[in-house]
Amino acid sequence: MTATASPALVAFDDAIARFDPVLGLEVHVELNTASKMFCGCAAVFGAEPNTQTCPVCLGLPGALPVVNETAVESAIRIGLALNCEIATWCRFARKNYFYPDMPKNFQTSQYDEPIAFNGYTEIDVDGEVFRVEIERAHMEEDTGKSLHVGGATGRIHGASHSLVDYNRAGIPLIEVVTKPIEGAGKLAPVVARAYVAHLRVLLSGLGVSDVRMDQGSLRCDVNLSLRASADAPYGTRSETKNLNSLRSVERAVRYEVSRQAALLDSGERVVQETRHWHEDTGITTAGREKSDAEDYRYFPEPDLVPIAPDRAWVAQLQATLPEPLAERRTRLQTVWEFSDLEMRDVLGAGAMLLIEQTVAAGASPTAAKKWWLSELARRANDAGTTLEELSITPAQVAGVQALVDTGRVNDKLAREVLEGVLAGEGEPADVVSARGLEVVSDDGALTAAVDRAIAHNPEVAAKIRDGKAAAAGALIGAVMKELRGQADAARVRELIVEKLG
Amino acid sequence: MPDPRPAITRDDVAHLAQLARIELTAAELDHLAPQLAVIVESVAAVSAVAAQDVPPSSHALPLQNVFRRDEVRPSLSPQEALAGAPESEQQRFAVPRILGEEA
Ligand SMILES: [Zn+2]
Repeated sequence: MTATASPALVAFDDAIARFDPVLGLEVHVELNTASKMFCGCAAVFGAEPNTQTCPVCLGLPGALPVVNETAVESAIRIGLALNCEIATWCRFARKNYFYPDMPKNFQTSQYDEPIAFNGYTEIDVDGEVFRVEIERAHMEEDTGKSLHVGGATGRIHGASHSLVDYNRAGIPLIEVVTKPIEGAGKLAPVVARAYVAHLRVLLSGLGVSDVRMDQGSLRCDVNLSLRASADAPYGTRSETKNLNSLRSVERAVRYEVSRQAALLDSGERVVQETRHWHEDTGITTAGREKSDAEDYRYFPEPDLVPIAPDRAWVAQLQATLPEPLAERRTRLQTVWEFSDLEMRDVLGAGAMLLIEQTVAAGASPTAAKKWWLSELARRANDAGTTLEELSITPAQVAGVQALVDTGRVNDKLAREVLEGVLAGEGEPADVVSARGLEVVSDDGALTAAVDRAIAHNPEVAAKIRDGKAAAAGALIGAVMKELRGQADAARVRELIVEKLG
Repeated sequence: MPDPRPAITRDDVAHLAQLARIELTAAELDHLAPQLAVIVESVAAVSAVAAQDVPPSSHALPLQNVFRRDEVRPSLSPQEALAGAPESEQQRFAVPRILGEEA
């Protein structure tokens, strides 16, 4: 690590009492097209290094890019879903820079002619509607992935050289940029998080991206500045790059508010620079200062012809957009029969999508909500991740509930099954077999255990014989203890009543 | 309309050279700056011919909306892809240490 003295921080509430934060959010979304933006290489995550490259995405001499039509269609649909205008004519541009994550020494992007611009979206912040204005959504390509060798942790510091995998270079990317978000005040961190969560749900509904923040298919850069009051001119902003979880978006905003307030308090200036977020320590550190090196010398890409989306095509895409999120929320709440309070909890936990998918996989809405908002929320919180980042799918959660519904496991065992799935032990049924978690409902085994419980607790047995049915609980408990919680409690009660009733 | 006679200064050339990662000596800057100024001036002469109703273009061809279907084509093998790399390691392109930014 560089030995940058971390400045004193101003407590967040204190900072917000004296400064007005202005946010700007840039979200990069990798599209889930089969092939890359400008070539036919597969765009799959996780392939062996450099198995998905060709002369076009390696930038070899003479190679000519051709635009992926589905990527353009996805870009237009994203623009429309964000209430943007769609360009009648636009071009790609070369963003020139020297960095080995792009072998071409430029990234094909859009500059002053984005395909979608001037939109808005309405997000839910603690049950209130908050409108976020959208500046633009433009098309570009993702970069390669660098691995830094020789450093302690795969980071740049101390690295002797870097190794680059270009599988990701050229995967279609849409960058969605907000206009400055004012008026969030102390809710700024929550607004930032809610906006990214909202985009995730919206994009997932469009089916255009996997929106996996943990795999980098959705990443967020946060611009933040402070000013003395809501009518003062904007302050100098910092840009915190590549936040890859909802939680880090929120934390980074809080941290930057505290850091910048401390600088301004001590009469120092905020430097316009990119900053890196450190998940482990919860701080940002300085990256590049904005300088001459940031002069990207954009110019229209001469290897690609302009795009002029046909108005009939745009109208057709508009007509086939999925229902807007606000309506989807209302509809799901009705279908699920959740109260306003329950729905607010669901939205607050960012679990609407997960519950929807869990229900689609066969669980009841109540059961789906129960698992995601209690047991799994607790585990996500303990691990410092979000629900989506847990290594369990909605289908697996539905699978666990199915085991409960069919009586193969009880609630206590179900939690162990979840634990096994999260630990990577396979599907719910595999975990049940491997860990031997099945409920014992075999009468032979249960009868023997009940007999032993009666023999060991003669006073309790006597009470039940005298008609005190409530005392049966103690015997059920004894049977459960002997069978390590895996007894079918209802059947045990029946057996006790049969013997002593 | 662009300025018909854009001035290219010695400082501009030094700046461009830095952006393009080209190391130029003081003598080379002195030599190149006036030459580039002449080239830019010559190209700017096009503006004199192009009427206001001719839109600026980045293409010689009157084409738009050239797309390909979203279909996967075979890629190069990693060996082929890395064949032109000065160095490779772990099936990746080995490059000098990167300064200034985490990727
Ligand atoms: Zn390719």
